[in-house]
Formats: sequence, structure tokens, C-alpha cells
Amino acid sequence: MKKLINDPDDVVDEMLDGMTAAHPERLRRLPDTQVLVRDDGPVDDKVALVTGGGSGHEPTHAGYIGDGMLDGAAAGDVFSSPTADEFEELIGACDAGDGVLAIIKNYEGDVMNFETAIELAEMEGVEVERVVVNDDVAVEDSLYTSGRRGVCGTILVHKAAGAKAAQGADLGEVKRVAEKVVDNVGTMGTALTSCVTPEKGEPTFDLGDDEIELGIGIHGEPGTERTEAMPADAVTEHLTEAVLDDLDLDEGQEVLTVVNGMGATPQMELFVLNRRLQELLGERGLETYDAWVGDYMTSLDMAGASITVCAVDDELKELFDAPADTPALTVK
Amino acid sequence: MSDDGAATGDDRTTDDGAAVVAAAEAVAERIEAERDHLTQLDSAIGDADHGGNMARGWAAAADAARDLDDPDAETVAKTVGKTLMAEVGGASGPLFGGSLVFAAGELDEGVTPETAVAFAETYLEKVEDRGDARVGDQTMVDALTPAVHTFKKSIEVDDLPPIEALAKAVDAAERGVAFTVPIRARKGRASYLGWRSVGHQDPGATSALFILEELLDVAADRLGVDVPETDASSPTIPDEDPDEAAGDSPEAASEDD
Repeated sequence: MKKLINDPDDVVDEMLDGMTAAHPERLRRLPDTQVLVRDDGPVDDKVALVTGGGSGHEPTHAGYIGDGMLDGAAAGDVFSSPTADEFEELIGACDAGDGVLAIIKNYEGDVMNFETAIELAEMEGVEVERVVVNDDVAVEDSLYTSGRRGVCGTILVHKAAGAKAAQGADLGEVKRVAEKVVDNVGTMGTALTSCVTPEKGEPTFDLGDDEIELGIGIHGEPGTERTEAMPADAVTEHLTEAVLDDLDLDEGQEVLTVVNGMGATPQMELFVLNRRLQELLGERGLETYDAWVGDYMTSLDMAGASITVCAVDDELKELFDAPADTPALTVK
Repeated sequence: MSDDGAATGDDRTTDDGAAVVAAAEAVAERIEAERDHLTQLDSAIGDADHGGNMARGWAAAADAARDLDDPDAETVAKTVGKTLMAEVGGASGPLFGGSLVFAAGELDEGVTPETAVAFAETYLEKVEDRGDARVGDQTMVDALTPAVHTFKKSIEVDDLPPIEALAKAVDAAERGVAFTVPIRARKGRASYLGWRSVGHQDPGATSALFILEELLDVAADRLGVDVPETDASSPTIPDEDPDEAAGDSPEAASEDD
């Protein structure tokens, strides 16, 4: 399988150097690590937000480092958790003395490595809280998780908690907002093709030319159902209904939606999905407060998309509207 | 409680440090020798990387330990733990390595029967907490729990010499590994298989046993004694889930490649 890489062993290292070269005013790489942090950090009088996970989900994670969102992110190898010592460096580098919120997607490796790092950082006197994101409504207990997987809803946690921290809120308040998003967000995805990891060089799973996988994970983990390919509207209905059934929202509820590309999906198709998504929300009596469309949490070169719905109240609306200035997301 | 091995001075401290370095080297050698065996166990229920990850991590840990200048036991244990944490990756890094970093603090007065018990208990507690696993989940906890409980009882209640206590602990771990075969995985990658995990020996528990066996060998070697024979009637069957513990293993856990 053709790929624009040099050596699979170097791909994360070279990507990180390329990212800092593209955003030298925003990003800085900690020496001898795969950790990127705000170039102007640690930011005084502000709770720091940190995250991390396997690479291959770009612009997640480091793409959201910047004013109003994250202070730093650790990059693991492709689809592998960063090690605990890298998370520990990340926490230490970002803490300005006001505490650190660790935002963890619910995968066993990520959770265990991050928790080890948190305990070590606490021994050094850093105040750390954590929030585990598990927005994928498709499956309980999957290949890499006990409980639900953390996927695209994580971006909304970065945004809301990041805005709260930028306002000068304390660690408890920032954590409360992060948990409010986690409690009110759901996501489900579908794959038209498998991703191909640099290491393996061939599809992670077999999917026929006329098949799609519903409920796919962001590492190509199995979903709920493999069906024959359907038109965009039918796929949108399937994903949206699964998410809304899980959230169980009252009529008139305002929501923020995300149609997220998995890496190899044309924007044209994402907008087609968004069109039907908004119609469906209207039919259900829900009101769209904001609709995001783009590649936020990808799975290498997988073709497919996910739909995220997050119920919002006045506080979350204000935080989603607040300024953010990062490589992958800017709100003015 | 026996106090025979209490640290008495700098010589002893240095000697304990050297013993832990020797243990790390022995474990690294053993894990390398068992690499394919561990990978084979993991390929049945996981992603077939346990042998390679552990071998790489322990080789680096032994190197790091060897590079220390005249260290005490706590420093060596902490260095080995940190290196494993950084090099093994996945869940095994924090479980095998992270737990060691935290438990190392119990060795700040050297290696005595008391500190060894405290070390073992803290290590087990960290593994249980981090992995959210208990006996019967088909994980390394199934090997460590009976080993640690047996070690503690042998020292504190039966007042056995530490080397005999350690030999009993290894015996207990061996039975714990056998216990992982007939049960269903509830934590870790194997849990994804559900009932299909039944009948497979857990690679993490197996690694834990290999580590304990090497600790015993190194301890006996440094004391200049033979590895004690253990009494087969040692009370070692994990006791937290008697229903599942009643199932007997169809395979002997000590079967190496």
C-alpha cells in the first residue's frame, strides 16, 4: 500500500517535527520526547489542560494546543498509548502551579499510563485531576477498552474546559465543565474502508467493496454491525438515531453537532451527512445551536465519518463560543 | 517477626543494591529466553506483543541498573521500574514498571524480611489498583496475589527463613498461573474474547511467575544456599472466589517451551 512516509519507525517523530515547523509560534517539542506543549507555556494563573494518546488521529491531539484549549499533548506511536514517563513530563512541563486537568480517552493503555503519571506527578506536589471521555455509544467493552470508547466528543471537552480554564476558573470548576460535556455527549461512527497503519502496510480489517461497518472505532476496532453500503441519508439516520437514543434528550433541547471525517472522506460527503443530520434533529424537535463539519478525530486513512451530538446549556454555549486559537480550531 | 536480615550499615546497603541489579539482569535474561513462549501465549488471546515488549523493556532496565554507580536497593528498583515504564509500553509498562516505581520506596532501608513484605504488598496493591483487577480476572494478579499472601504469611506467621518464604511464594505463583487457564478473562485484552478466553494461560501472570522464579534463584545464589524444596501442600489457591478456584487446570503451568 502506497504511503507518503519514510520509515514506519520514524513517522511519529517526523510528523511532530513537521508540526512544530508549521506552527513555531504556537508549539514547542520537549527535548527527547514525543510531547508538544504551548510555546508560551506554562501559562501563569491558569489551570493547565493536557491530553495524549496514540498517533494517527490528527489533528488530534496536538492540533488543539493553544489559547483557549490545550496546554500540551503527548503523542504515542501509531494507535499506541504514550508511556507513563512521557505523560509525566507533559504534566510537569504544563503545570504553572494552578493544577492540571488530564483529559483521557477511555482506552486501557491510555488510562493506565496516564494514571501512573498522575500519581507520580502528585508525589512531586502537582495537583492533578482527570476526566475520562467515553462518548462512543456503539459498543460497551471493546478491543481496547472496558466501557465505552472515547472518540470525537473529546474535542468538545478540550474546547469547553479549555475556555473555562482561560477564564481563570480553578481546577475543580474546569473539571466540572469537562464532566458536564462528557455527561451530555454521544458519538457513533461508520467506516467505508479500513485504515492502513504505517507499520503493517495493509488494511487492519477486511471490508468488502459493497460493505460498511457501523459503530467503527477510531483504530478500526469492530463496531456493532456490518451491512451492505447504504446511501448517505440512510447512514446518517442510523448513526444519528443511535446517538439520540443514547442521549435521550427532551424536545426543544439545544445541541452542538459534529460531523467528523475519519481521514479519507471528502468534505463534500461530510456536508451531505450534515444536511440530513440537521433535518433529523428538526424532526425530533431538537434545536441546533452550532454545527461543526470537518476532520477533528481521524483514523489514519480510513474512509468514513462519525456523528457527535452534545446537549448544551447556557454555560456550555458560552464556552463553545469563547475564543480559541490553535492549529486545528480557531474561534474568534 | 524475624529481624535477622536487618540493614546494619553501608556495606549491607551496597550489597542489597548489587543484589537487586543481579536480579534485574537475571530477569532480563529469563524474559529474553521466554520471549517466544510469552508471545505465543499472547497471540492466543491478545496482540502477540507481550514477549517482545517485555524482553525489550527488561533488557533496557538491566542496562540502566548496571550503569548505576554503587546504588542502594531503592534506587535500583526505582530505576528498573522507570525504565520498564518507558520501554515496555501498553498496559504492561505501568503495571510491571509503574508499580515497581511506587513499591521501591519500601526498600529505603535495604532488603530485610520486613521491607520485602512491605515491598511485595505495595507492588500488588498498585497492580490491582492500576489494572482494576482482582483474583479471578485472568491477569497477573492471579499469580501475584497468592505469591504475596504466601510470602507474608510465611514470614510473619510461620516465621520461616526468608529464602523458604520466597520459595513458597514462587510455588504459590505457579499455582496462580495454572489457575488462569480454566477461568474467563475479565480485564485486559483477553476480556474482549469473553468465554473464548477460557482455556488460555495468561501471559502477564506467566511473566510475573518468571520474575519471581529469578528473584528466588538470585536470592539463593547470593545467600550461597540451594533453592529450598517446597511442600506441595502450601495453602496457595487464591481464596477470593472459591467457586472459580475449584476449577482445576488441565495444563501444568510450569511447562516452559
